[in-house]
Amino acid sequence: MASMGKLYRHQARTGYLFITPTILLFLIFTVIPVFMAFYLSFTNYDVLSRMDWVGLDNYQRLWKDTLYWKTFRNVSYYTVVFIPLNIIISMGIALLLNFRKTGVKLFRTMNYLPTLTSAVAAATVWVWLLHPEFGLVNALLGYLGIVGPAWLAQTETAMFSIILVTLWQSIGSNMIIYIAGLQGIPDYLYESAKLDGANAFHRFRYITLPQLRPTTFLVSTMSIIGALQLFDQAFVLTEGGPANVTKTPVYLIYQQGFNQLQMGYASAQAFILAVAILIFSFINMRINKSEESVV
Amino acid sequence: MKRRFLTVRLLWNVLFYVLSIGIAVFMFLPFFWSLITSFKPSEDIFSMPIRWLPSKISLEHYRTAFTTVPFGLYFWNTLVLAVLGVIANLFFGSLSGYAFAKLPFRLNKILFLVLLSAMMIPGVVTLIPSFYVLKHFPFIGGNDWYGAGGNGLLNTIWGVVLPGASGSFAVFFMRQFFLTLPSDMMEMARLEGSSEFRIFRSIYLPLTKPALATLGIFTFQAGWNSFLWPMIVLNDPNKATIQMGLQAFSYNHKTDFGPVMAGAMVAILPILILFVFLQKYFVQGIAFSGVKG
Repeated sequence: MASMGKLYRHQARTGYLFITPTILLFLIFTVIPVFMAFYLSFTNYDVLSRMDWVGLDNYQRLWKDTLYWKTFRNVSYYTVVFIPLNIIISMGIALLLNFRKTGVKLFRTMNYLPTLTSAVAAATVWVWLLHPEFGLVNALLGYLGIVGPAWLAQTETAMFSIILVTLWQSIGSNMIIYIAGLQGIPDYLYESAKLDGANAFHRFRYITLPQLRPTTFLVSTMSIIGALQLFDQAFVLTEGGPANVTKTPVYLIYQQGFNQLQMGYASAQAFILAVAILIFSFINMRINKSEESVV
Repeated sequence: MKRRFLTVRLLWNVLFYVLSIGIAVFMFLPFFWSLITSFKPSEDIFSMPIRWLPSKISLEHYRTAFTTVPFGLYFWNTLVLAVLGVIANLFFGSLSGYAFAKLPFRLNKILFLVLLSAMMIPGVVTLIPSFYVLKHFPFIGGNDWYGAGGNGLLNTIWGVVLPGASGSFAVFFMRQFFLTLPSDMMEMARLEGSSEFRIFRSIYLPLTKPALATLGIFTFQAGWNSFLWPMIVLNDPNKATIQMGLQAFSYNHKTDFGPVMAGAMVAILPILILFVFLQKYFVQGIAFSGVKG
């Protein structure tokens, strides 16, 4: 018995030793920053000299900051359009490419390629594709007799362009996740449904869709967290313009904090954004849950 | 009856291939087009109607890109950052993943849960305070013990690498993999008197090669493609990453689409090469992130 205790102690010591670097890094670069984020939002920290407690000043200023709320509206609009499209298209392509036909592997690979590119490189490429006069998109539209807009320079199409580019970049990996999800659905469910005379639509509605719910929940949660923190593409494609219609909260936080060095104020902005992300994720969770009880 | 069945089948096949090819072309066309643009002689780029193939292959844009800005240097800087990130995550990730999966200690469950739930914290929250932590890191970069006086870890590669050196995802991923390995091997080895570190190092770690490959590729891709955090930490243009360089280059040369596309191709290339050779591991990694939900 004594030796058992000794062995346990030895293993426990090794365990603590093995996790020490991870826990240290976690403390320094996650735990401390999370608490500091909250603290900094009540100060006027400016990197150079000041770091005084200013109470609720930052939040009061934030409340009246029309630009901040505009960026919020922009990114909410982006999220509300992007997420459903992202899920429907990824799931649709996954259903299509889950058939065992010649060439599926190649199609999957082609669809996956865009997810390998960095946001910056993808945006750079699309700036050229969406060029109003010489871009490929408008040239192809020209063949159809359509005069394409100045995609990135017009207020009506700028956000739409960002949605297009980010969809292009994110569908591939979500498609793979959905294919993995589809392959996890046991065959006997479909077979017994067929015996009961269920047609293809019914099988999709009552088997595939409910069985994919955990996958959809995961994909939508990750997409929401990413979408509300949109930055790279807005920074490279449109620089937040025209007339700030594609400026996002993270973009503003970056400018406010790292260009104008108003880090206290930027922290307050970041904190409110984080709360918004939490609320969106929560709503998403409720939607996924409530559907479960209906079906 | 049979003929109708055959017609339906044929129609479905046609529909399938029209849809699949259409989608694949849409996904692939931007690559093709920018690659073609980067090899076109300047006079072809703005020609209308569009020219699908260049009149002759020209490397002038690659020369321009590499002589206007130090793309070679950016490439090297990014490679160093990405490789350091991979090494750190593989090392720390497998150490702590093993501990959480195979070693009993009192805080095992709770610490793992805390690490896991931290994956849900949006990155924007820690953006500014992480900058603060780097700047005021004690004893480094001219700082005193109080963390004042210098720039700490700012403008160093460690400032970019350390915050993500042991990502929660790496720990989680490795733990899940170690859980799938049987535990009786360690009991055997203990009976033979092996030390705990030896059991980890020479029995379990060699079995995790596929997982390490997948995690390594993922970390490399994330490191190579990251943009905002390196841009915040690194001020010195000589330390800039390829993404930062590409962004600045395209910003300053708005109409030079040839050289800009050449730059974009250089920024995409390493991941593409990795993908061609290690496709299996890429797909495994994504599928894993889907299964964990």
